[in-house]
Amino acid sequence: MSIDKLIAENQPDSFAFTKESEAQIKVILAKYPKDRKASAVMPLLDLAQRQHENWIPMKAIEEIANRLDMAEIRVLEVASFYTMYNLKPVGKYFLQACTTTPCMLRGSDDMMRCIKDRLNISSGETSECGTFSLLEVECLGACVNAPILQVNDDFYEDLDYQTTGALLDSLEAGTPLPVGSVKGRQGSESEQGATSLTALKSSAQEV
Amino acid sequence: MLADKDRIFTNIYGWHDSGLTGAKARGDWDKTADILKRGHEDVIEEVKASGLRGRGGAGFPTGLKWSFMPKEVGARPHYLVVNADESEPGTCKDRDIIRHEPHKLLEGCLVAGFAMRAHAAYIYIRGEFVNEARKLEAAIAEAYDAGLIGKNASGSGWDFDIYLHRGAGAYICGEETALLESLEGRKGQPRLKPPFPAGVGLYGCPTTINNVESIAVVPTIMRRGGAWFAGLGKENNTGTKLFCISGHVNNPCNVEEEMGIPLKELIEKHAGGVRGGWDNLLAIIPGGSSTPMMPRDVCDTMTMDFDALRNAGTGLGTAGIIVMDKSTDIVRAISRISYFYKHESCGQCTPCREGTGWMYRMMDRLVRGEAEEYEIDTLYQVTKQVEGHTICALGDAAAWPIQGLIKHFRPEIERRIAMRKSVVDAAQ
Repeated sequence: MSIDKLIAENQPDSFAFTKESEAQIKVILAKYPKDRKASAVMPLLDLAQRQHENWIPMKAIEEIANRLDMAEIRVLEVASFYTMYNLKPVGKYFLQACTTTPCMLRGSDDMMRCIKDRLNISSGETSECGTFSLLEVECLGACVNAPILQVNDDFYEDLDYQTTGALLDSLEAGTPLPVGSVKGRQGSESEQGATSLTALKSSAQEV
Repeated sequence: MLADKDRIFTNIYGWHDSGLTGAKARGDWDKTADILKRGHEDVIEEVKASGLRGRGGAGFPTGLKWSFMPKEVGARPHYLVVNADESEPGTCKDRDIIRHEPHKLLEGCLVAGFAMRAHAAYIYIRGEFVNEARKLEAAIAEAYDAGLIGKNASGSGWDFDIYLHRGAGAYICGEETALLESLEGRKGQPRLKPPFPAGVGLYGCPTTINNVESIAVVPTIMRRGGAWFAGLGKENNTGTKLFCISGHVNNPCNVEEEMGIPLKELIEKHAGGVRGGWDNLLAIIPGGSSTPMMPRDVCDTMTMDFDALRNAGTGLGTAGIIVMDKSTDIVRAISRISYFYKHESCGQCTPCREGTGWMYRMMDRLVRGEAEEYEIDTLYQVTKQVEGHTICALGDAAAWPIQGLIKHFRPEIERRIAMRKSVVDAAQ
């Protein structure tokens, strides 16, 4: 894909890390050897994205390059290689829907259909109101809780057509459902209750 | 069935406190200094004796891998890098270790790091695991505060730091040298080997990269002994393993079981059986998306271990078991996997960059039967030209699922082509 398509047309004139971000940058840089500052490029891109409404402007790329003594193109190369860096604005709720085979087998088609029916957006689009953006993504690594919809940082699991709708409703109302399985199952244990370690579970409940 | 007393991950479902207090109650961080007192070589020998084979997919003996690190530390420091970039479709076990048993991983880092004479470990976690990374970061802070890691870690006299590094959405970074590139601040494109990371790895220093599960089981192996671990499972396929059972089963779940457990028993005991019963089974992908599928008759008697699966022309991989019942559109299921590899190809090697796109577009046509019969052979040939002709194994991983499909379901592909032809003919 051409890089121009990845980058927002309207760019802000400036970018500066906030005070909170500056404090975090110190912690981040301390993780890597002093002469290996480039290692901090990924955490700094993430930081820039988090403080700038979930997308990274070109001015931030410039700022990060200066900080880490990297060529700007090297930072842009990293920012465009990894799918989690948004170089364009996204909605308040960034929906990342997993449709890879394990999710597909558990009904991610229904989840996608619900999103289309409710928000009238396809992958790569933002809803008219600007609240929701959708991206079809590859395996999110929670396959036994499929299908998965990631909303900003959080995984919603075990979805179907109806519960996807309920989730979207809850987001729209500003009162998101509890993160995790919408069926209320805990972690990756079987929906019918775990088949191992059960003696330990009862001791947990007693405590 | 594995007895609970032999299970390593007793908080895998997150019923209990995942913090330090809870972890200590489960036996973590118990006299870790005594383990380190045994010396570098002794730790490696114990892990060798356990027969532990890498849990990230390749199944390489873990103790042997550690022994490739230089015996003396020269001018370049040694590094342990933990691969927590779990992204192989069908796999979600490391996520549970990280969020529910983080201290097993951290203690494992100290023991393994000490064994290979490293004073620092980097844990590379996939970017999407934001909440899991927060949990792990909190566990690292707890371990520092309690003096378990850092200067004179656990009172052992060995200094050891653990750093967390988050990825940002690239499956290829699960390949160990791509992971190192990414950790150094570049695009995740695999390096040519040799040199191997044990000689020239992170920042050009001796490095060993291990999967989360491989590292997290080490403290338990050291406490209970390599012989205990080796006594579980089968010869050359020892110990316990976290299995992820997804797809068309009644109750998808993760479970720790003994290596070599019969596949049917595993699914029926823990996942509530195949939807509609075992007779409704079409095929199973046994070890994450890159391992070729097995049709039902092979599944009937298959055991879940490295050697049995390899002998059947597939692999244990990450033990991410994807179950498909007879309602599955098997061509589309594999086509979706082809799309995955096309999306995740890093673009470095031509056969993979071009081949994955070519294979996906062809698979996409086959879903609808828009092809000539001879093209099945053409596709098979292309998979053979991609396989083994790239720097890393992503090319192979993209080729194998298609080869598995053609091997076992060629009549289904032919049926679609014939059906489409008859529809077109009728329209004319």
